[in-house]
Amino acid sequence: MIESRLSQAVRTIGDPPAFDTPRAERKGLVDVAYAHVDSPFGTWTLAATATGLVRLAFAGDDEESVLDDLSRRISPRVVHAPPRLDRVRRELDEYFEGERHAFDVPLDWSLVRGFNLKVLHATARIPYGSVSTYKDMARSAGSPGAARAAGNALHNNPIPIVVPCHRVLHSGGGLGGYGGGLDMKQRLLRLERAI
Amino acid sequence: MRRSGELPPFQRFFEEHRSDVWRLLVATLGRTEAEDCFQETFLAALDGYPRLSDARNLRAWVLTIAHRKAVDVHRRRRLEAVPAGDLPDRGQPPAGDGDPELWRAVRSLPAKQRAAIAHRFVADRAYKEIAGAMACSEEAARRSVHEGIKRLREVLSR
Repeated sequence: MIESRLSQAVRTIGDPPAFDTPRAERKGLVDVAYAHVDSPFGTWTLAATATGLVRLAFAGDDEESVLDDLSRRISPRVVHAPPRLDRVRRELDEYFEGERHAFDVPLDWSLVRGFNLKVLHATARIPYGSVSTYKDMARSAGSPGAARAAGNALHNNPIPIVVPCHRVLHSGGGLGGYGGGLDMKQRLLRLERAI
Repeated sequence: MRRSGELPPFQRFFEEHRSDVWRLLVATLGRTEAEDCFQETFLAALDGYPRLSDARNLRAWVLTIAHRKAVDVHRRRRLEAVPAGDLPDRGQPPAGDGDPELWRAVRSLPAKQRAAIAHRFVADRAYKEIAGAMACSEEAARRSVHEGIKRLREVLSR
């Protein structure tokens, strides 16, 4: 039977090639490039648009929903294209070596709006090695009474580490919360010799 | 979670459909030309992706793009037609693709029959979808498959 001979032969066709991502990049078709980056805290997912770094997701975040979210909110042209993340990968390595105190990569803030954006802008200005408080962040964002809302904004920070929300603590001196877990927050602050 | 009808991230779409596209192209073009055509197909898909309004039949959509790209390759081949005896082994499947005799026979079919056979038995598509990809009636798609099978039987029993 020709039909069964065909379906048998189909199974012997080998695996498909990888997508020619460099060509897609050159044609400007990759709206969101993502890559996996190893850190002392596990493998992270990083994503960048043409504007800059837009997302850093921790090992505990569900990658599928991270990519779904980028697809829905930025563009469905989400492609695994590691070279675009090379620079931030290098800077993260240097940061964890203790050699880098500030990140120089451009950021894309398009996942954040309004009050949250103001809070994260203020957070981005907290220097390496120092800490601030939720109350201070709320004040910098123009709403001195909104410490709790500032905490929420920090909790939803799409670009942690690079936008250093780990440097924001409770005014009473408590560590507060952290998306990557309090142990990670503590270790980051120790790395920076802030505590 | 993604809502139904919503596009998945392109990378996931690619992973889901790349085997089907690859098989269709290797069956109709041979591996060498399939490589380039495969990339052309997914570049075109990436280009048009954000403008897709319905994510429900992405497989049919990308197989139709692959079909058109393969037709382009065949058209180019005809234009640069070289006497058959001088052709390099472009239709030759490399080692590893079982049943080279069968693939050679498939590739020797007239364009419509070849495409219809590949869509039906390589991509395992319903006649309605084949008709959509080939821009013909369901009846015509059925006929092409039927004639293709008949012809393959003749060629292979020689």
